[in-house]
Amino acid sequence: MASRRFRPWTPLVIAEDRCKGCEICIAACPKAVLALDTGRVNALGYHPITLTDAAGCTSCAFCARVCPDAVFTVWAAPREERRP
Amino acid sequence: MSLLPENAVGTEPTAVDVEAGRRSRVLMKGNEAIAEAAIQAGCDAYFGYPITPQCELLEWMARRMPELGRVFVQAESELGAINMALGAAATGARVMVSSSSPGISLMAEGMSYMAGSGTPMVLVNIMRAGPGLGGIGPSQSDYFQATKGHGHGDYRVPVLAPASIAEAMDLMASAFELAERYRTPVMMVADGILGQAMEPVEMRFRTPDRQAFDWALTGAAGRPSRIIKSIDLQQERLERRNLALQHKYREIARHETRWETWQLDDAELAIVAYGTSARVARTAVARARERGIKVGLFRPITLWPFPERELARLSRRVRGMLVVEMSAGQMVEDVRLAVEGRCHVAFHGRMGGLVPTPDEVLGALKALSGKISHERPAPATPKRRASARTSPGPATAGAGARAVEGRGGRA
Amino acid sequence: MTLQPRTVPRNAPDAAVGRLIYRKPDVLLDRATHYCPGCGHGVIHRLLAEVLTEMDLTARTIAVAPVGCAVFAYDYLNVDFVEAPHGRAPAVATGIRRVRPDTFVLTYQGDGDLAAIGTGEIVHAAARGERITAIFVNNGIYGMTGGQMAPTTLIGQKSTSSPTGRDARLMGYPIRITEMLAQLPGVAYAARGTVADASSIGKLKAMIRRACQAQVGDEGFAIVEALSNCPVGWGMTPAESLEHMKGPVVEAFPLGVIVDRAAEARSAAASRTAPGEGAAPAGGNGSHPRSEGPEA
Repeated sequence: MASRRFRPWTPLVIAEDRCKGCEICIAACPKAVLALDTGRVNALGYHPITLTDAAGCTSCAFCARVCPDAVFTVWAAPREERRP
Repeated sequence: MSLLPENAVGTEPTAVDVEAGRRSRVLMKGNEAIAEAAIQAGCDAYFGYPITPQCELLEWMARRMPELGRVFVQAESELGAINMALGAAATGARVMVSSSSPGISLMAEGMSYMAGSGTPMVLVNIMRAGPGLGGIGPSQSDYFQATKGHGHGDYRVPVLAPASIAEAMDLMASAFELAERYRTPVMMVADGILGQAMEPVEMRFRTPDRQAFDWALTGAAGRPSRIIKSIDLQQERLERRNLALQHKYREIARHETRWETWQLDDAELAIVAYGTSARVARTAVARARERGIKVGLFRPITLWPFPERELARLSRRVRGMLVVEMSAGQMVEDVRLAVEGRCHVAFHGRMGGLVPTPDEVLGALKALSGKISHERPAPATPKRRASARTSPGPATAGAGARAVEGRGGRA
Repeated sequence: MTLQPRTVPRNAPDAAVGRLIYRKPDVLLDRATHYCPGCGHGVIHRLLAEVLTEMDLTARTIAVAPVGCAVFAYDYLNVDFVEAPHGRAPAVATGIRRVRPDTFVLTYQGDGDLAAIGTGEIVHAAARGERITAIFVNNGIYGMTGGQMAPTTLIGQKSTSSPTGRDARLMGYPIRITEMLAQLPGVAYAARGTVADASSIGKLKAMIRRACQAQVGDEGFAIVEALSNCPVGWGMTPAESLEHMKGPVVEAFPLGVIVDRAAEARSAAASRTAPGEGAAPAGGNGSHPRSEGPEA
């Protein structure tokens, strides 16, 4: 497992252990950058949500707004990393 | 005897200057005296709904509580009232509700929740005749309801049964104390006579100390949040909760059982009665004594915990007990359980709002006495061996009954 | 696994970490809930947590939990809580508020709790103008007990106790209880929102905020009806259930502010001071035009 220190920056910190795979965030995301990670199952027995494309995320936080389980913490990129 | 309905003095609320009357005897209506005693005991909030024969209690509270800056709400129903009480009590306030029999039925749900969640409260039932809408005359037909829990689940509430207005006032402070010490609803049962009658009472009150409750909901500032609830879906845990409740009830029984006896020292017979029936019984005892019948009165003051040990002890001394109630016979069952067949247990009661008269009680006493004296004298040796393996039936002989002594009485 | 509030995400680089856009409030505990996947209760709990935090009310909040799916609400919101018998929450809240006027009192009820068994309690708490804030979660079904019909179940809707669909003749019509309550003068604010999408959730949050403000400002009784979904009870996926809410559900239960007496009083006063214009009557009777959201 790569050291955390060098993982690429991400706008979403996801509390995977609370996700119930309801997919409401997927429907709400205007950038279609969320998907269930069907290769894994969390402690609750669901496929947790995962960010498929960090670069495509605009930090709009719609996912956080619609999530019934409050799994998302949303960050906006530091200015130097913002996409045009 | 001035307690029969025809002697009651009017129905207008009495304006009493409580401060001026503090050290004198004042004529007070029972409902109002009970209300004032609760106020003086520190009642913070009263919730109620009008129902005969306790409306004056609510009306007294409606006038006095706002005068004192305390809370009064006439709820939309007894359902509303008991639940308001639940909420207020959950914050640690000293809370009272009152009603009469049909309204108490509506409060049964709330009582179960309060017992299950450990929420203190005092509830006054001015009993009337039932079942259903029944009548507004006095009754003691809510004994089962009061002592067997009213609502669902394994719980009890302490039940206090005053026999006079003065005693009701005295017991009110104790009621709040019991409720708070043991975190339980406490019920005071009176009947329509005690509620409506007027008696001279001393304006002498007691205000139990306040404690800080570590369970009360006050807003979780600077401390972990608290939850007042009765639910637990995990069965072992719920059993433990119930065991804790049962332990509490044993403690209450050990420390808080109360009764009064009168002229029982040399008695061969005993009348067992509470509330207004006990006052009728006192007159009957006095008249019986004039006629040479050696009878005394045993008056439970706590209906729960029931003074079963004392009654068991008594049943070894007397040859018969006459239970007098304004019902079809409810407490008599608990008397029989306590007596365990050691002596005769007879019953006399009236229903429908009628009160037994002293002469009726005397007649029942004579019948019991006659029945006992016509039986064969007790055999010299107890014939208990065979019956030791069977459940005790009605005692047929005094000496036989005495042989049961010492063999593990009731807890 | 607890997520402690962090200023630095675990996976942030050494450089500047960016701006925090959203983090759930601490008063919403880090606990997986028992609610079904996609259930609106989770959203509504979160909105409550946000509003209580933003209005600095958490330390003096006493909340009343219902009987229904949200019976365990006290496991998720870190405030003092009391359990109420089914339907009795408004009465329990009345008792609390009367003896502790310095607290902030909140009830949280479902459609069975509030509009079936609890109709007496809610009507009279509203009629008395109790200074409490009632959150009414209306998902048109009894979730906890397995999907039976509720007073707000739609005509034709199937449930386990209306297996062939709700028949008006036998089972009556759904109740718009919030409109009924709004007619009472003691009701300061009554509104209906929904969790159907991100935009609606934002409006619902504003309604909840306004309803809490009505208590803080001593205006009177306030109720927010939050239309919610029950994917399992409705026999739909979570996404399908949200679409259903945008269709038949809001047709039966229109969205918007039903009454906001303070706002009406302000606009009536403004009309009166404006020369030559007819004044709008103060104190609505529930029939004034609906607005999209509450006054700021």
